[in-house]
Amino acid sequence: MKSNAILSAAAAILAASAFLPVHAGDYRSEALAMMKRDFHPRGIAGIDRLDQDAVQAICNRTSDKPPEALAKILQRDQMDAIRWPSDGKYLGNSAAGEKIAQRGKGMTWKDKAGAPGGGGCYNCHQIGPKETSFGTLGPSLYQFGKIRGYGIENQKYVWGKIWNSKATNLCSNMPRFGHSGSLTEAQIRDLTALLLDPKSPVNSQ
Amino acid sequence: MSRPARSIMALTALALAAGVHGQQPPAAKDRVTADFEKFRAVLEEDNPAELFEAKGEELWKAKRGPKKASLAETCDLGMGVGVVKGAYVRTPRYYPDVDRVMDIERRIVHCMVTYQGFSEKELAKKPFSSLDRTPDPVSLVTYVAGGSRGMKIAVPQKHPKEREAYAIGAEIFAVRAGPWDFSCTTCHGEDGKRIRTQNLPNLATHDGSLKAYQGWPGYRMTGGVMHTLQWRMNDCFRQQRFPEPGYVSDSITALLAYLGATANGHVYKGPGIKR
Ligand code: HEC
Ligand code: HEC
Repeated sequence: MKSNAILSAAAAILAASAFLPVHAGDYRSEALAMMKRDFHPRGIAGIDRLDQDAVQAICNRTSDKPPEALAKILQRDQMDAIRWPSDGKYLGNSAAGEKIAQRGKGMTWKDKAGAPGGGGCYNCHQIGPKETSFGTLGPSLYQFGKIRGYGIENQKYVWGKIWNSKATNLCSNMPRFGHSGSLTEAQIRDLTALLLDPKSPVNSQ
Repeated sequence: MSRPARSIMALTALALAAGVHGQQPPAAKDRVTADFEKFRAVLEEDNPAELFEAKGEELWKAKRGPKKASLAETCDLGMGVGVVKGAYVRTPRYYPDVDRVMDIERRIVHCMVTYQGFSEKELAKKPFSSLDRTPDPVSLVTYVAGGSRGMKIAVPQKHPKEREAYAIGAEIFAVRAGPWDFSCTTCHGEDGKRIRTQNLPNLATHDGSLKAYQGWPGYRMTGGVMHTLQWRMNDCFRQQRFPEPGYVSDSITALLAYLGATANGHVYKGPGIKR
């Protein structure tokens, strides 16, 4: 599955370069080369983090507006790589989910390798009714289940969105938390419950 | 009471006020911002940045370093040797003596190394302020920035290398990478967005980009230390989950050229205060 994804990603890049204009004096590659020279690894943040995967490269090159055909191919690859809950259970503990949503730490050069990271969801979303310090980079998720439904389809959608936001929206500004190994399956289960358990304060208050 | 002591009291009061508002409905958030603005007004009359300007002026004029030279007698920030007035709002710029574009902190470090004999490696080891230490370049940048108070931002875009720095900076701004797929654009590409309660300027616009100038170098209320844009860029790359950019490196100069030139024409009010 993985090599399949890489293959079609490579094909996509070739296809993209065929019909996207290459600007005179390709400042983009110069920018990347300059950064490779100037940046150094620190803590868990290695220099390889500057290497773009196909999704990042295409979104970067097209200012987040990839040609539709290309977006479809790449989204399917992202979708194929999502790991669904091994026991078929999508909903964990919503109170634990709230803690993970609150916690913003993880993946910076100050964070430790393997330490349980947070989702930082409140950095970008309104979620629970009690937390008024929320960001607005993403849409409000308050009453998400109540408004969008508690059924299995929506459970799959939320799980998939958290695991890999790019599977349904190629250039989403939301990180790919499962895909990048930032959150574990158990954490994603708790977050899905935060949004979709009818008893979660997100839906009951 | 001494100036810093009074400032610190005001800061503590603000921190307390912010804590209390944390539990209120969303509308109350604007209270926090309003409180911040109020305290900023108080602080601006009694600007803690002035302390660092004064320290920077001493450092600028003193004979220092292994070569016992003064920057005032050797360093050309682009306006002639020793001239501070107007230099800040005209950087990053091309310097013929080194055939490259430099931002202000980089130029100051260059002068400290070339004329005073300081070691760039040493200066780069701990370049950012902490509670018990303000690196000399930070005070120097604050002093030099004070020399542009009330002047129009005019980052030059005449020399081909200045235009190249701008173009590369614009691209660095858009580079999406790392485990969380962030670029500067993720957080600074739209109007009116926030992370938690922190407002995120849209830096790709003429007005938004002013935020990359106004109030910098800034006395940061969080932590109570003086920071330059070198620190701001470093901390944003950390939040971006990237590896660490080199201190006074080409990449930072390019970003600052892009942000600065985008803000050209706005009036710079001098070193200030940041949340
Ligand atoms: C850096 C910003 C950011 C962070 C952090 C973030 N999101 Fe998002 N999120 C977004 C954006 C932007 C969208 C809308 C685009 C999209 O659907 O991909 C979104 C969309 C969503 C959606 C779909 C909403 C809908 O109406 O269909 C869900 C569910 C969601 N996020 C959950 C989460 C959870 C849970 C976390 C924490 C683990 C999180 N997000 C962290 C930015 C973010
Ligand atoms: C994950 C989020 C995030 C990313 C990515 C990010 N920033 Fe920031 N940026 C912030 C936050 C948060 C602040 C602080 C806002 C405040 O203090 O109110 C900030 C502040 C700034 C400021 C100062 C604005 C002011 O009002 O003083 C500048 C300039 C800036 N960022 C530039 C950049 C650049 C250039 C990049 C890319 C290299 C970048 N940022 C990437 C979150 C981010």
